[in-house]
Amino acid sequence: MIELNSIYKSFEDKDVLIDINACFENGKTNLIIGQSGSGKTVLMKSIVGLLTPEKGEILYDGRNFLSMGKKEKKSLRREMGMIFQSAALFDSLSVLENVMFPLDMFSNDTLRERTRRAQFCLDRVNLIDAQNKYPGEISGGMQKRVAIARAIALNPQYLFCDEPNSGLDPKTSLVIDELIHDITTEYNMTTIINTHDMNSVMGIGDSIIFIYQGRKEWEGNKDQVFTATNKRLNDFIFASDLLKKVKEEENQHHK
Amino acid sequence: MILKPIATVGKYLMLMGRTFARPERFRVYFKQYVNEMEQLGINSIGIVLLISFFIGAVITIQIKLNIESPWMPRFVVGYTTREIMLLEFSSSIMCLILAGKVGSNIASEIGTMRVTQQIDALEIMGVNSAGYLILPKIAALMTMIPFLVIFSIVAGIFGAFCTCWFGGVLNAEDLEYGLQYSFQEWFIWCSFIKSIFFAYIIASVSAYFGYTVEGGSIAVGKASTDSVVMSSVLILFSDLVLTQLLMG
Repeated sequence: MIELNSIYKSFEDKDVLIDINACFENGKTNLIIGQSGSGKTVLMKSIVGLLTPEKGEILYDGRNFLSMGKKEKKSLRREMGMIFQSAALFDSLSVLENVMFPLDMFSNDTLRERTRRAQFCLDRVNLIDAQNKYPGEISGGMQKRVAIARAIALNPQYLFCDEPNSGLDPKTSLVIDELIHDITTEYNMTTIINTHDMNSVMGIGDSIIFIYQGRKEWEGNKDQVFTATNKRLNDFIFASDLLKKVKEEENQHHK
Repeated sequence: MILKPIATVGKYLMLMGRTFARPERFRVYFKQYVNEMEQLGINSIGIVLLISFFIGAVITIQIKLNIESPWMPRFVVGYTTREIMLLEFSSSIMCLILAGKVGSNIASEIGTMRVTQQIDALEIMGVNSAGYLILPKIAALMTMIPFLVIFSIVAGIFGAFCTCWFGGVLNAEDLEYGLQYSFQEWFIWCSFIKSIFFAYIIASVSAYFGYTVEGGSIAVGKASTDSVVMSSVLILFSDLVLTQLLMG
């Protein structure tokens, strides 16, 4: 479980995150949603330690990340896996080597065991056939799946995904969403996904927080989204005509 | 105006502090070190041989044409060619050339890794990204540079001989005598010592510019150019200091 208590972050007098409180539970896909520039990525980067908030607490199962020493932070980071918007695979390494990288760095297993583990992770994301290819030779969706395999190679407790569906077609996005959701429940991880993809919100949003101009505006889950009365949330979620119709039908169904 | 350069030096020193921190896993660093020796060293042999060969040949022709006199012994051409190649060209000038080839390569590679979040990915994994990316490059270039210096000297001298054999500029025996005349082994060591310093400058300064890139492809291009300019300036300055220290 990850808890955020009164997180505050600013850049040169501009408040980017203001008093964010949230709780992300184990075994659930926790979504952070919001418009571009609302502070989602800054919040995610603050949670994983790429940025340091000025105020507040970030508790990983009760361990305060912000007050940890360098060694403790390093050791906690080995319990984290992250999927970046751009997949962030290492260009010079093959798909298999990319997945093996965290194992090579931190595992004491033999080469055979490490290779077997990496191949197991690649098999989990259905990419075992692409193990000898390089990131430049595979599609965007495949790159994201390799990033997922790399993120889970060390059996992390916490999985972070920064806009995992960005740049992908709707069908591939669904595959990625389902994969992240399945892995989360399978390994009982605490997963936090940063997204503005409405399919993800409706599909895998076990717990959702909506950020608006650096503040937490709304909190709920995918079922509560339809009945939410928050205007800013509704303006954001139901921006398209299609989703407006879906909401109207859903409301009529409830009546 | 003064604060910015001081801040830059401070950031550079902090980055070097992280670079020389204890590696997480020597095995992985060593593999990277071997890769970098190939990337930065072996892959530079071609250009070093090519440039050194022609410079050696041209120096011989120029000296022959400019100092030819009945009062001047004929071996002076070989002697001067050797001194130029050994003392300046094969260490300093060749490192300036390598600052362009290797330096821009390092800055753009690390800069691209920064803008595509590969460095963030390393940090999230708990890897010391500065150590993993920069230390093997510095170590590899410092290891390979003495060999490049040797290749450069040999190619330069071979170029000089070619002007005798194929151009008939002067007698090969005179050139050979001049090359061996009053030879001091210390000059070779001076060349090695200087080039090792220059290798450190090229790798560390270029890595700094790449590592601190902010923005996109334009920033990577600028970092690449800045790294070459700054490395060249620092090489020239340290050449002055080292020459005075080693030979003064």
